[in-house]
Amino acid sequence: MIETLQIASASTQFKGQAAHPIRSLVGSRVLAGAVSVFVISIIVYAATLVLPGDAATAILGQQATPERLAALRTQLHLDQSPVTGYLSWVTSALHGDFGTSLTQRLSVWDLAGPRLANSMVLIALTAIISTILGVVLGMWAAARRDSWIDHSLSVTALVASALPEFVIAVFVVMLFGVTVFAWFPAVSILPQGELIWDEPVKLVLPVLALVIVVTPYVFRMFRASLIEALNSDYVEVATLKGASTPRLLLGHAVPNALATTIQVVGLNLLYLAGGIALVETVFQYPGIGLALVAAITDRDVPMIQFLVVLLSVAYVLLNIVTDLAVLLVTPRKRLPR
Amino acid sequence: MNSHPTSQHDSGLVVEGLTVVTDERGTPVVEDISFAVPAGQVMGLVGESGSGKSTVGVALLGLARQGLRIAAGRVCIDGVDILSLQGKSLQDARGRLVAYVPQDPISGLNPALSVGRQLREAIAIHRDTVRAGETIRGRVRQLMDEVGLPSTDAFLSSYPHQMSGGQQQRVAIAMAFSCRPRVIVLDEPTTGLDVTTQRRVLNTVRELTAEHNVTSVYVSHDLAVVAQLADQTAVLYAGRLVERARTAAIFRGARHPYTVGLLKAVPSPARSEILVGIEGRPPRPGRWPHGCPFADRCASVVEQCREELPVLRDLGDTESHEVRCFRPEPPLSVAHAKEPVPILPGHPQPILAVRSLVACYGPREVLRDITFDVEKGRCTAVVGQSGSGKTTLARSLVGLHQAWAGDVSFAGAGLGPDPRRRTKEQRRTLQYVFQNPYSSLNPRMTVRENLEEPLRYFYPQLSRRERAEKVHDVLATVALSTAYTERMPHQLSGGERQRVAVGRALIVDPEVMVCDEITSALDVSVQALLVEQLRRLQVERGLSMLFITHNLAVVRSIAQEVVVLCDGVIVEHGPVDQVLDHPTHAYTQQLLADLPSAEGDNTAA
Amino acid sequence: MTTTTIGPNSAEGTAPPAKQRGSVRRILQGALATRRGQVGLALTVLVVGFAFIGPFVPSRSPVEFSGVPYSLPGNGAGLLGTDALGRDVFARLLDGGWSLLLLATISTVAAVLVGTVAGVVAAYRGRRTELFIMRSVDIMLAIPQLVFVLLIVSVIGAKVWLLVLAVTLCQAPQVARVMYAASQDICERDFVKAVALWGMAPRTVIRRHVMPSLTTPLAVETGLRLSFSIILISGINFLGFGTKPPNPSWGVMVNENRLGLATNYWGVLAPAIMLAILAVGTNVFADALARIAFGGGESEETPAVAGLELAKS
Repeated sequence: MIETLQIASASTQFKGQAAHPIRSLVGSRVLAGAVSVFVISIIVYAATLVLPGDAATAILGQQATPERLAALRTQLHLDQSPVTGYLSWVTSALHGDFGTSLTQRLSVWDLAGPRLANSMVLIALTAIISTILGVVLGMWAAARRDSWIDHSLSVTALVASALPEFVIAVFVVMLFGVTVFAWFPAVSILPQGELIWDEPVKLVLPVLALVIVVTPYVFRMFRASLIEALNSDYVEVATLKGASTPRLLLGHAVPNALATTIQVVGLNLLYLAGGIALVETVFQYPGIGLALVAAITDRDVPMIQFLVVLLSVAYVLLNIVTDLAVLLVTPRKRLPR
Repeated sequence: MNSHPTSQHDSGLVVEGLTVVTDERGTPVVEDISFAVPAGQVMGLVGESGSGKSTVGVALLGLARQGLRIAAGRVCIDGVDILSLQGKSLQDARGRLVAYVPQDPISGLNPALSVGRQLREAIAIHRDTVRAGETIRGRVRQLMDEVGLPSTDAFLSSYPHQMSGGQQQRVAIAMAFSCRPRVIVLDEPTTGLDVTTQRRVLNTVRELTAEHNVTSVYVSHDLAVVAQLADQTAVLYAGRLVERARTAAIFRGARHPYTVGLLKAVPSPARSEILVGIEGRPPRPGRWPHGCPFADRCASVVEQCREELPVLRDLGDTESHEVRCFRPEPPLSVAHAKEPVPILPGHPQPILAVRSLVACYGPREVLRDITFDVEKGRCTAVVGQSGSGKTTLARSLVGLHQAWAGDVSFAGAGLGPDPRRRTKEQRRTLQYVFQNPYSSLNPRMTVRENLEEPLRYFYPQLSRRERAEKVHDVLATVALSTAYTERMPHQLSGGERQRVAVGRALIVDPEVMVCDEITSALDVSVQALLVEQLRRLQVERGLSMLFITHNLAVVRSIAQEVVVLCDGVIVEHGPVDQVLDHPTHAYTQQLLADLPSAEGDNTAA
Repeated sequence: MTTTTIGPNSAEGTAPPAKQRGSVRRILQGALATRRGQVGLALTVLVVGFAFIGPFVPSRSPVEFSGVPYSLPGNGAGLLGTDALGRDVFARLLDGGWSLLLLATISTVAAVLVGTVAGVVAAYRGRRTELFIMRSVDIMLAIPQLVFVLLIVSVIGAKVWLLVLAVTLCQAPQVARVMYAASQDICERDFVKAVALWGMAPRTVIRRHVMPSLTTPLAVETGLRLSFSIILISGINFLGFGTKPPNPSWGVMVNENRLGLATNYWGVLAPAIMLAILAVGTNVFADALARIAFGGGESEETPAVAGLELAKS
């Protein structure tokens, strides 16, 4: 389930109008974002230090030999003081060396790279399809307000938005992968080295599940904003100018509904950045979410560190892009008086 | 008897039996509205809140707002009945035959579209009104010239929020005139504009209607503006017309008790008069009584008034003057409606002395070198338009705004910017009443609890019974019955809430009360009640007041001294009569010249 | 621009539609009067009842071997068959809900308390306190919820109290943000300024004048947080963290029985349906509350938009 009320960045800072709204927005956001990433990286690094007992021992467990312990400690920078350890971690990261996975003897980047690509495909497809679907259905419902179409769409959206995403994913698998219409593969496991576009059919069910998760939010927000716009004074004035319904809807209501809808789409993408793990687990889809869960289960520290920071950076960037887009479609904030 | 206004006219506007009801239950909201306006003339539709005037306004374009529907009537323009049109033909008629100027310009213009785009759209919808050889952009430029706005590309591609209120309204007017309609409905288009801008906008309207021979309906609560602008005036009360005649006949010879009441309540900048308000509230739709809706508030009510609804009768001899009343008053002129304010004797000492006050908002100076006195037992009015700094002045003195400096002494002691540094005594004796009645009372507390709150804070030693007594007394002072004690604020009207707010300030026996535009959100009859109550308090209790307002006319009915502010400086101050009868500063003179008066242009007999 | 914010006619004599209407009792009554509210509450009560009464219903043992794994219902394999390890699905279903609900309730209450205090204090104190609190909130909101909880739980261990703490830390910033916006709105109102002007102590002002007006957004937000907590915790259970096997939990059941979807889907379907009904019920009820509180009757989806507005400060 997605947080409609969570606007991780929207406007605690944004009171009043700056002389150069775009510049100041980007500036303040980048700064805030950098601080966030910084704090998160500290938390992530500290987490490894907090592991009960010695982190290295905890990870190696039974296989701990003195040499391996020492090697692991060096690798995790545990032989240095916390601060220097953190700094050396950051420095190597900035040089592109994110460490080596503890469970698989490959560099983190080699392992995570393709996963990242797969997840991005999933997210991109979901974003595009759900936005189009949500906008079209939202407009239809708003234009036919209070009709049976509107009611049934709204109720469907309400129910769909309430369901936990892994439940939705499970239902999708059951319906389309296993029992009723077993048309698609129930799992999307890929052989090592392959990317998702080598077997696009494995993309279908995960995308379907995610689209069902995301679309209701876009639909509800777009519909609500359209209705609010249609109830506004300026639409009444336009009606009294003799404007027809299509013109009112497309020419007057939509431009005003864009801001909130963009925010919702952005929110959803933000959520997906974190919550994709659930859907990927159901389908065993080789993406970042699954990788993260596996890394956490296996205590693959370098992997965890990399993925968490990566997700946070993605979060921050997405926030900035969303806010920028909202600014662009809201002349009131963009241009000073 | 003279001819009734029937559909003999081909041009102009003829409205017959217009009735609008609620969708759900068919409860009438406005009923049986009939009038005729000859081509090129202006009809002023006057009413207070809840009268239904806005509903009538949009119904003239065949629109019923959310939850309402037009149940009956005809609106004939050039022989076409707007109410009989539907769908495409209705859309065609709107903008071309009849157009609309909204009340609030900032919400009437789409914030996401440039003004140029919205203007072009108005014309593009009725593309056939563009003559050969003319382009849409060309017409837009012409319109801009007509309303006195720049026709540059830069201006046209800017957005509504980048313009001033006056400019926005002129864009709205241009949009309405863009297809040269036969009739224009203006819904209080000058609300919220300052006096000078208002005059300019009204002039624009007058010029354009004359130039294009357009018939107008001007909906307003502002009697003074209507007196200035309209040829005919109709008064609306609880959804029905109660009086209709030529403007001069109304303002020089009102017959209906409600109209008479309004004339007694409307303040005049030319004389210092006691305002008389009208107690009570108009009945809401669904609660209309059997007989005359004004019966409960009428001084000359008889049995018959409550049993039957009076019909509109023509009482005029030389021309039509319709009145809906069984017991119409003898004709009353606004010039003789009220008693003069008695002059207060004595030469009191100043209780609040302000010297060289300077106030800032961030880096900007909004008040400079403010020096004046409030005398004990007297009322000093501070008058200014928006941006003059009058609200900042009030808030600074009270401590709501702290970025100021200057020498302020209150009852002999100095007063600093930070209210926390002031003594409790000072905070008690200097009270403040807010402008907005809808947010100044705690919505979760009853009226009684709201009134007791300052007592609990300033007089914690009082027993429950003593508090109840004080509440009782103060309610009587503001003329609210004890039935109000257990009500919640949302059950009260704006005027009643404001009276409770005043009561809350009075209950702790202050020396000076600062009233910050407390009547700006109120209807004229309610304003009159409140102003008169305050004036009496002042006389009876020796209460000193600082009365902030933008309405120069009301000043004469409450204040003895007036301070005129412009752009943060005092341009003129002195006794009310002197300043308003013989202004010396150009700004004051301009302000008085721009002020519409109920004895204005069109009321010359 | 103009100083007159409300003209005598902008409201035609009635109060401008209140953005927040009424006390908690009134919105509860209002929500229960709508079909949405009734349906939502009914569904929620249904599942909550099942979850809390379930453990007392006599049935087979939820943790012991009962039959061949993934057997279909009937033939002595119980009402819903057996799960991946041969345990009785129905028995596990009866026992699998109460811990989830309990944890969700505790974390919700904790999050609401912490978040409300933070938000209200930030709004009233202003300046540095506000800056500090809201910046921290922003940073915490920048961390993906699921990831954050997973991280903590994995690093320190799947202890129950830790899970509650983690979920609370996730939800509290959200509550803080909403309550901050609502408090700001209230603190800007004239009636609060009026009493502050008299010199009333800030704590008293907050207690007597600000808090009572906050009950409405508080109630709505609590409802929403509860549904989110349920979903978050069940999601974490699904991923395998947060419960000690072999204790049953609906989220865990959905995951552990996935491989047997083709054979006995009840192991997955039954808990999934339970979770679905619970989620939909709480969400629909919270929506009904929001509608009454912020709807004002005009636009249907005003709560969605108003909620968005509230969250922006």
